[in-house]
Amino acid sequence: MCNATMVGMAARVLVVEDDPAAAEMLSIALRQAGFETAVVSEGPKAMPAMRELKPDLVLLDLMLPGMSGIDVCRAIRAESGVPIVMLTAKSDTVDVVLGLESGADDYMIKPPKTQELVARLRARLRRIDPEPAERLTIGDLTIDVPGHQVSRDETPISLTPLEFDLLVALARKPRQVFTREVLLEQVWGYQHAADTRLVNVHVQRLRSKIERDPEHPEVVLTVRGVGYKAGPS
Amino acid sequence: MSRRFSGQSAVTALAGRATEASATASELTTAAGTVWRRSLKVRVVSSTVALSSTVVLVLGMVLQAQLAQRLIENKTQAALLQADNSRVLVESELGSVDPTSASLGARLTTAIDRLTNPDPTGSGPATANAGAFEPVLVDGGGPSGEAGTGQKIGPLDDVPAVLQSAVERGALAHKITTVPRGSAAVTMLVVGMPVASAGRTMQLYLLFPLTAEQRTLTLVQSTLVVGGVVLLILIAGIASLVTRQVVVPIRQAAEVAERFADGHLDERMPVVGEDDIARLGTSFNEMAASIQRQIRQLEEFGELQRGFTSDVSHELRTPLTTVRMAADLLYDSRDKLHPVLHRPTELLVRELDRFELLLADLLEISRVDAGVAELHLEPVDVRTTVAAAVASVRAVADRTGTQLELKQPDEEVEAEIDPRRVERIVRNLLTNAFDHGEGRPVQMTVAADDHAVAVLVRDHGVGLQSGQQELVFNRFWRGDPSRDRRTGGTGLGLSISLEDARLHGGWLQAWGRPGQGSAFRLTLPRRHGDELTSSPLPLTPDIPLRSAPASDSAAVDPVVAAHALVDPEPVDPKVSDPEVADPAAADTAVPAEPGRS
Repeated sequence: MCNATMVGMAARVLVVEDDPAAAEMLSIALRQAGFETAVVSEGPKAMPAMRELKPDLVLLDLMLPGMSGIDVCRAIRAESGVPIVMLTAKSDTVDVVLGLESGADDYMIKPPKTQELVARLRARLRRIDPEPAERLTIGDLTIDVPGHQVSRDETPISLTPLEFDLLVALARKPRQVFTREVLLEQVWGYQHAADTRLVNVHVQRLRSKIERDPEHPEVVLTVRGVGYKAGPS
Repeated sequence: MSRRFSGQSAVTALAGRATEASATASELTTAAGTVWRRSLKVRVVSSTVALSSTVVLVLGMVLQAQLAQRLIENKTQAALLQADNSRVLVESELGSVDPTSASLGARLTTAIDRLTNPDPTGSGPATANAGAFEPVLVDGGGPSGEAGTGQKIGPLDDVPAVLQSAVERGALAHKITTVPRGSAAVTMLVVGMPVASAGRTMQLYLLFPLTAEQRTLTLVQSTLVVGGVVLLILIAGIASLVTRQVVVPIRQAAEVAERFADGHLDERMPVVGEDDIARLGTSFNEMAASIQRQIRQLEEFGELQRGFTSDVSHELRTPLTTVRMAADLLYDSRDKLHPVLHRPTELLVRELDRFELLLADLLEISRVDAGVAELHLEPVDVRTTVAAAVASVRAVADRTGTQLELKQPDEEVEAEIDPRRVERIVRNLLTNAFDHGEGRPVQMTVAADDHAVAVLVRDHGVGLQSGQQELVFNRFWRGDPSRDRRTGGTGLGLSISLEDARLHGGWLQAWGRPGQGSAFRLTLPRRHGDELTSSPLPLTPDIPLRSAPASDSAAVDPVVAAHALVDPEPVDPKVSDPEVADPAAADTAVPAEPGRS
């Protein structure tokens, strides 16, 4: 997946969008920004296209005929950790949170500014620079950073790239309390303060995978009124 | 001395007990009053019993009077008959008596004996059924005026003088009187009549004791009392039963209505029969059904509104995506376009920004109107939220060349708020201040006390005219249409901010004066649900009257100071102390300043 960002190779973006004009325009804009694009206009066709094209990123409209974007998102997540950016017309918290909980890494409200969209996509494709043979511990977990591997007692835990980045960001500075804004900047690549719900939802999702008891987290701790920090290892 | 003391203490104790007793009595009175007010049954039964007792009492008294009269009448008739018989008997006994004879006394006695012991053979005069009596025979003297022998037999003292004089005048008379007999007093009917005998006037009196009649009357009285009491008890019972029949359904109706009011819209009254209670139930149920229908309809409208909002959102936003990205592309490559197209491309992109903002604000307002705006509370340091808002409006500040002076506490200001909404409020207030601040510095102050946190944004621009403090929160309201709009706001920012503040249970208030700028104060409770009573910050700035600018750390704009110096009017005390204002009224604005427009 890292090879997507390598020089000379354009990242492939799968655009799932039912409105033909919007889909075409998105393709044009993304190609202009140096991405390769493929367009799927119906929800049920998204998964076959995924398997066939193996895109580096999926840009997903939430309201699709045939199969809702939420279901597509879940289906993709069941098979792959590929970064998913949702494009949604609905900005209600319930819709946003539902989208994020179904597995999207980031979301943008329609209509997106082209620059911002491109910046977000690039941020999703950019990975935390791995240091050679870097190993971290957080709580009772061991992180092999170059190997993209998280394990507890030698048992590997599968995380999406975004969840992995989030965990690494917390583990690298175990004593620091991260505000949601700082995490948005470091993990999502936001230039300025944005929607902190992103952080909340992803921390919940991360906890559901790595905590023994997500109700009483020991790895990613909440610092009330401030943000999150790594649990004692 | 000790006795006196103990006496005093006893008095005190007594007084204390009296106080206690009166306290208990007043408590009882209060309790009784409560029962009286609360219970229809108690009221109905009490009034029924009260009215019935009056009726029973009057009826009983009339009945008793009637009975007594009838008894006396009967007795009197019988007595008169008896008296007549007795007179005949006495006259026949004494007819042959020589008035001067010495044997008069003996004859009199014989006559009396004959009276009281009638002839056992039954040949004597018919006896009337007047019961036992005591006869009195008086010799009233001869007709020629000679003095009577004064002979008398029987208890003449018991015969009232009025009766005696009446009889002496030769009339038949009777009277009821009370005479002592032994230790008790006995009521007697006395009948008196003159008896003619051989030229002497004699008077015969018969004293009939009324003991039997009295006994009868007492019996009747007690029967009446017992009967009355039993009747009253029965009436009370009946009233209670009847009231129950009415009150129980009413109480049920009240319970059903209460449950209905609590939101159980499916509650209905049971309807049995066709009586008035059934009609009440039917009407109530119809009303409930109607209300339920309307509430459902409103809910459906709400749903519809929500759905419409979401539909509009999606339907407008998807084509807008295409337009937006096309415009961005055109803008990015405007160097390749004909120079004539440069400006239109810029305008296209800029107006698309506005269009988007307007769309977003409209959606937010419609969400508020539909009552679906959600509050996502979390404990946050308000300073962080303020900092985020400041960061997001930096571009506007730079564009308008406005300097922002931020004053906030050094320590953490934690409050239970929805940070997105609060950030939006602060952002709106700042944008507004930059927009109308004429490029002069804008001061923002954050302060907190135990209950509330306040953010005050103060600009020194054109200010507000009198009465505009309320208008600024109106949708699409523009202060001065002739002024250019730098940020091109949607005109909904402050309305949305006000709604956001209200969602938090907070206040958003405005102050302003022409030429002296304006101030907007946001006050939020630190714990959600707490009622706000005051704000940690005064809304009205401390404007000096004729003195030098106040030494407040917030820099005072020289222009404002100059205004203040030439201002001949004293500051309205009402305005200078907004805390006096009713918080509810102050929800939107402080009292308008009179006569300043």
